[in-house]
Amino acid sequence: MAVPLSYSFRNLGKRRLTTSLTVLGMALVVFVFAAVLMMAAGIQKTLIETGSPDNIVVVRKGSTSEVMSTIERKAASIVEMLPQIARGGAGQPLMAKEVVVLIALKKKGLAQSSSHSNVVVRGIQSSSMPLRSQVKLVSGRMLRMGSSEVIVGNSIAKGFQGVGLQQTLTWGMRTWTVVGVFDAGNTGFSSEIWGDVDQVMQAFRRPVFSSLIFRLQHPDAFDAAQTAIEKDPRFTLEAKRETRYYLDQSETMAKFLRILGTSLTAIFSIGAIIGAMITMYSAVANRTAEIGTLRALGFRRRSILLAFLTESLLLGFIGGCLGLFFASFMQFISISTVNFQTFSELAFKFTLTPFIIAQSMIFSLMMGLIGGVLPALRASRLKIVDALRAS
Amino acid sequence: MMLLKILFRNAFHHKLRSSLTILGIAVAILAFGLLRTVISSFYAGVDAASTTRLITRNAISIIFPLPISYADKIRQIEGVKMVSYGNWFGGVYIEQKNFFPNFCVEPQSYFALYPELVLDAGQKKAFLNDRKGCVVGRKLAKKYGWKIGDTITLKGLIYPGNWDFVLRSIYTGRDQTVDETQFFFHWKYLNEATKKLMPGLADKVGFYMIGVIRPDVAADTAVRIDKAFQNSLAETLTETEKAFNLGFIAMSGALVTAIQMVSLIVIFIIIAVVANTMAMTTRERTGDYAIMKTLGFGAKDIAILIFGEALVLTFTGSLLGIVLTFPATRIFSQHIATYFPTFLVSAQTIYMDIAASMIIAFLAAVIPTRQAIRIRIADGLRRIG
Repeated sequence: MAVPLSYSFRNLGKRRLTTSLTVLGMALVVFVFAAVLMMAAGIQKTLIETGSPDNIVVVRKGSTSEVMSTIERKAASIVEMLPQIARGGAGQPLMAKEVVVLIALKKKGLAQSSSHSNVVVRGIQSSSMPLRSQVKLVSGRMLRMGSSEVIVGNSIAKGFQGVGLQQTLTWGMRTWTVVGVFDAGNTGFSSEIWGDVDQVMQAFRRPVFSSLIFRLQHPDAFDAAQTAIEKDPRFTLEAKRETRYYLDQSETMAKFLRILGTSLTAIFSIGAIIGAMITMYSAVANRTAEIGTLRALGFRRRSILLAFLTESLLLGFIGGCLGLFFASFMQFISISTVNFQTFSELAFKFTLTPFIIAQSMIFSLMMGLIGGVLPALRASRLKIVDALRAS
Repeated sequence: MMLLKILFRNAFHHKLRSSLTILGIAVAILAFGLLRTVISSFYAGVDAASTTRLITRNAISIIFPLPISYADKIRQIEGVKMVSYGNWFGGVYIEQKNFFPNFCVEPQSYFALYPELVLDAGQKKAFLNDRKGCVVGRKLAKKYGWKIGDTITLKGLIYPGNWDFVLRSIYTGRDQTVDETQFFFHWKYLNEATKKLMPGLADKVGFYMIGVIRPDVAADTAVRIDKAFQNSLAETLTETEKAFNLGFIAMSGALVTAIQMVSLIVIFIIIAVVANTMAMTTRERTGDYAIMKTLGFGAKDIAILIFGEALVLTFTGSLLGIVLTFPATRIFSQHIATYFPTFLVSAQTIYMDIAASMIIAFLAAVIPTRQAIRIRIADGLRRIG
């Protein structure tokens, strides 16, 4: 017969200070564990949502980001003729030839001169907007093609100096007016500045495009388009689905964070496990006579073992819930850092996924279990006579 | 004196519990030390920066080059002693994950400007005479098993194609803080090749490294250089090497902050563990304290006992942790050499370890002490175990 669950539960309530300190320790470990995973998931989610599966990105073969890539005008025109490219209402191909450069902008808040960060400036064509359905103008107006006007993403408008509506930026010996702010939701575009591609190319004296983006006429046409582009001897370009392209960009950062997170929490969890162990050992020591009584009443060793294991699992469970509770507040926080891979600023949110919740809870229960095994074994091994004599 | 004796006896009365607590503290201090070392190695480049060197780059951003013709103009500016230049090559060895910094530089002036990179005289001459030659750091050469005379092929990400280099020299750092994972080759080699492949990118440099005559003229010289190129097609931004390096750290500022936060959290975790131990100990010893009070010991003595016990536990634990930090960093640095070229435990980290363990002991003992002092003698004596 099993010892009732309420026995384990009430025991925890008996010694409030000890229980809450142990739970707190575990909650903090779970919090760190969840927070780091949420950061990695946030970066990945942001970059994955940046791409859409029907769009294809063409860059120079071997370049890992658009900034490194160069595409000659002639090559761009050849790609534009591909039959797999979808057509717009007026029969024009749904393709944008874009240029991507980085500029250094000053971050808000910090006074020191060193707080510059690299921001993506993307030269766009009129077909760029329909290709990115996530991008919506929130204030001001769209830039006029052929003028020195730019629109900025909302993360940039929030985080950097001098990029508000009607403010001006100076690069390439020209003054650029910010005429609009766009919201691209939780995507990388929110961390970009957009201007007319021909103007941007001229200002930066960059006579080549960085990337070509086009929509497929039919989702299955990807392989045909890819072969046509990559097998063409007139240029060395490669085509990727936009989703794949951005996923590749998130890999280094996400991997770095995951390694950091897991190795950190592995060390931390030792501390929390020891905390649980100390608590459970003293629970057993304090209750020796009680255990003897239970055994004398006819409860089996296995039941005693189970009762104490349940108690420490409960500790882990409460710790996990508390840690996740705090971690869930991190979702309101949006941070921005430089993506190692593209060397440019990227704003993202901590993202809590069901998988992270499951991972954190399993992790927390494991801490409770490991911390409780040895004390529970000791409890179950007590001899009835010895245990009853102790008090 | 007697109090001290009781204190030590108390601390090790429960052998299992004490050793578990000490182990927990040791692990936490180890984690704290490792995290502090990670943070300080982020800043390693800043501390190693020389005060007599300036870096000039394109004002728009680091990805835009400057014309090579600027070299002569900079050389004429007041306060400038020496000018060198280079490009970030951005090549990878075999595959992406084998990352290490690789630059092409003007070799003669570069190694004169960076005396902390120590080259063997004979090897240096061989390198200077071979346009396809390259120089790599000691750690890098060891990691990939390169020997003098080997041909190394890098895959260019910015400059497409496979680039062959012949290893002519291996440099060592003047001291431990010098990054020994870099790869240098001749700027001319890259330039000749780009002239043929991509004429638009030829005769450009990524950044100028400038040696000034004295540290105190560095700031003025930087202003003079930027002024000289104002309103040109490629305006410049000149900073001291330190500011330049700090700029890179500021970019990953969010990460540094996150690691700092986490290193604080580890302190809280361990406070919870130690406080737990102390709470249990004092609860069990309520009877003892009541007897001591009856005998005439004051609240102060009891406080000393509990605080002292917490101090003994945390200090033993943190001493163990500090000692373990050294072998741990050595193992750690072998795995993450790509991210942090220099990974050393600084004296500051040790001081912070000690400060942290004091704080832990103090905070962990506060609540149990209050409870022990407050309890009335009669209640204390009545309570059993």
